[in-house]
Amino acid sequence: MFPTFVATDPIAQFEVKRIFGIEDVFGRYDLSFTNASAYMLLASALVAGLFWYSASRTSLVPNRIQSLGEMGYEFIANMIRGVAGEDGLRFFPFVFTLFFFIFAANMIGMVPYAFTTTSHIVVTGALALLVIGIVIVYGLMKNGLGFFKLFAPSGAPLPIYFLLVPIEIVSFLARPLTLALRLFANMLAGHITLKLFAGFAIQLAATGTAAMLLAPLAFAMGIALNALEFLVAGLQAYVFAILTSVYLNDAMHPGH
Amino acid sequence: MEGDITQGLKYVGAGLATLGMIGAAIGVGNIFGSFLDAAMRNPSAAPQQTGNLFVGAALAEALGIFAFVLAILILLGIF
Repeated sequence: MFPTFVATDPIAQFEVKRIFGIEDVFGRYDLSFTNASAYMLLASALVAGLFWYSASRTSLVPNRIQSLGEMGYEFIANMIRGVAGEDGLRFFPFVFTLFFFIFAANMIGMVPYAFTTTSHIVVTGALALLVIGIVIVYGLMKNGLGFFKLFAPSGAPLPIYFLLVPIEIVSFLARPLTLALRLFANMLAGHITLKLFAGFAIQLAATGTAAMLLAPLAFAMGIALNALEFLVAGLQAYVFAILTSVYLNDAMHPGH
Repeated sequence: MEGDITQGLKYVGAGLATLGMIGAAIGVGNIFGSFLDAAMRNPSAAPQQTGNLFVGAALAEALGIFAFVLAILILLGIF
């Protein structure tokens, strides 16, 4: 018989475990350093290290690691130019950091037994609140009350505005929610599916009957889903970054 | 038979909430289908529109994610 204890619980991978730290501050707050903190630190260190290294030994004809850094730079810069114009490049460092942090966290999560930080709504919610906070603060600083033209797109007949303004306000308020939930739900659902199919393969193989013949099928499906998850990991980081640029563009040029 | 009927109905409700995925699937499929349709007609204009493509797909997907959130909220008994 094969052991059945592996991967029987697809949720266990998301457990946050305490490594060290103060368990309760003022008897209320838990400030421990957890595995989630460790993996976020690892993602930041990987990104910072890669780009520091690629920028440290530059030459006119770029070597491999330097062209990797340049490609990353060009990719994000072109994305911002396309969405927000040349003007939007003042937010380049922010969007660049955001994209590569999420991308690294997603990709680290694809390593078996690794922890996926972006599958926790606390992490994605904090990132989304940061984005929306910057949009609101910068929008109000730059345009003053003109920022509220965002809720009343120009060119509609007057009666339509009674319908349009509430819709625009609701859609604005839904932005941080959807930004956080999209990344969180995609990573959570994807990783549960991966573990489920791994579990299918093991449990089918452990039956010891003719159903064992189906185990390779479940295993192959698991491999295919792994490939899909790599696509999703990259795509969700891209979607998060491009939506951030769209929202920042709204803050810079409200009123459409 | 064990467990009370409210618990059972919660599972039914969560299951029904997943039907929202149908709409999201139609929306995302429509966006990518239309994009390919247009890209085959004018391939040279396609690269500039990939940004719009993913923004549209992300916005359509967000409404499917609300269905997921509702299912989770129902299952956890928040309302």
